[in-house]
Amino acid sequence: MTADTEKMTPEQQALFDYLLRLGDNAVVLSHRLGEWCGHAPVLEEDIALINVALDLLGQARSIMTYAGEVEGAGHDEDALVYRRDGFDYRNVLLVEQPNEENFAVAIVRQFLFDAWHYELQTALLQSSDARLAAIAAKSVKEVTYHLRHSSEWMVRLGDGTSESHGRVQEALDDLWRFSGELFEADAVEERMAAAGIGPHPQSLYAAWSETVDRVLAEATLSRPEDGWMQSGGRNGRHGEHLGFILAEMQFLQRAYPDARW
Amino acid sequence: MPLQTLEDFPPELDKLWQTLEAVVDPEIPVLTIADLGLLRDAEIGADETVTVTITPTYSGCPAMNMIEQEIKRVLGEAGYGAVEVKTVLHPAWTTDWLSESGREKLRAYGIAPPAKGSTSKRALFGAEPEVTCPHCGSKETEQVSAFGSTACKALWRCRSCLEPFDYFKCI
Repeated sequence: MTADTEKMTPEQQALFDYLLRLGDNAVVLSHRLGEWCGHAPVLEEDIALINVALDLLGQARSIMTYAGEVEGAGHDEDALVYRRDGFDYRNVLLVEQPNEENFAVAIVRQFLFDAWHYELQTALLQSSDARLAAIAAKSVKEVTYHLRHSSEWMVRLGDGTSESHGRVQEALDDLWRFSGELFEADAVEERMAAAGIGPHPQSLYAAWSETVDRVLAEATLSRPEDGWMQSGGRNGRHGEHLGFILAEMQFLQRAYPDARW
Repeated sequence: MPLQTLEDFPPELDKLWQTLEAVVDPEIPVLTIADLGLLRDAEIGADETVTVTITPTYSGCPAMNMIEQEIKRVLGEAGYGAVEVKTVLHPAWTTDWLSESGREKLRAYGIAPPAKGSTSKRALFGAEPEVTCPHCGSKETEQVSAFGSTACKALWRCRSCLEPFDYFKCI
């Protein structure tokens, strides 16, 4: 797949990389949420998590189809999702973190992501890239709903019993080190910001931080100290978890290439 | 809705749009795709090719492929030749496009229609809409879950008649 990308101009290459980051975040988190199907604590929540997963998968399809067109190598959404190896995946590390059969982990991961995703999609409404702006206009409605949902659960669990409070605080302390990557600038992000295609990552921080503070205050949770932040996912350096996700997600297309429903 | 009224149409387009009235949403079969505002455009090209433009309610709406097949089937049976179905994302679908008759059909079907012209669509907190029970008309209702049996619905319950019901989410 990398051989074909040589035909892209540097601008196209940067846009392609950027689209993969957006699309991979959605695909991987969608998969993690999908793992709750039949396992959530209550039936309504089972349905809710899968609904969020479905929205993200739909967003990923729109983005990946576009990415395939930008790349111009004949890869459709399925080829990009099912035939790329882990080191070609560009998602942030936060979304690949495992559920650990712990609902608090799923909610904290979702909340930290949603609060960022909401600001990102809102900013993308102003994208100079009309296609990306149209996808964002669709996505932001869904993401607003996601953020409302995960925020409500943060409050319910945080301001709930000592057991639920303890679990969600522990999950927050544990996942906080993956929040820094969301706001990291690198050559791809800088180029997108300069072209007016995407927001500068750091420009999203203040609003994200405010949402986090407001919800944590209502949830009676403490905001963890910013310490060492893990990063690398957006450049293909993942933890061990992504490989297991891909092994399951890609099995069918790897074993039976071009199999159709 | 940005759609023209049928009266302004030349007869052949009038017939095309009326034929498309037969296409219903597979998940809410009392609503046509026109009622839902999913049907954005339909035209007949110079070479007689019919182009139908639709838009999804939600990015991941699993009914889109089926709606596309239904459009092709219905138009094929009505004698149209080549049919192309285009999916557009822009402008993004909103529940405000639901027709008046569509809202009434939803209520009769037992689904509370979305709050109209609601300002709560992008509100992040404290924006519970007032939802009327489609069974008994009571406003004494509560949300059970923000998500329901399909992407476009939430689960509610009536505190007066105690019946659960679906609410068409407002986006």
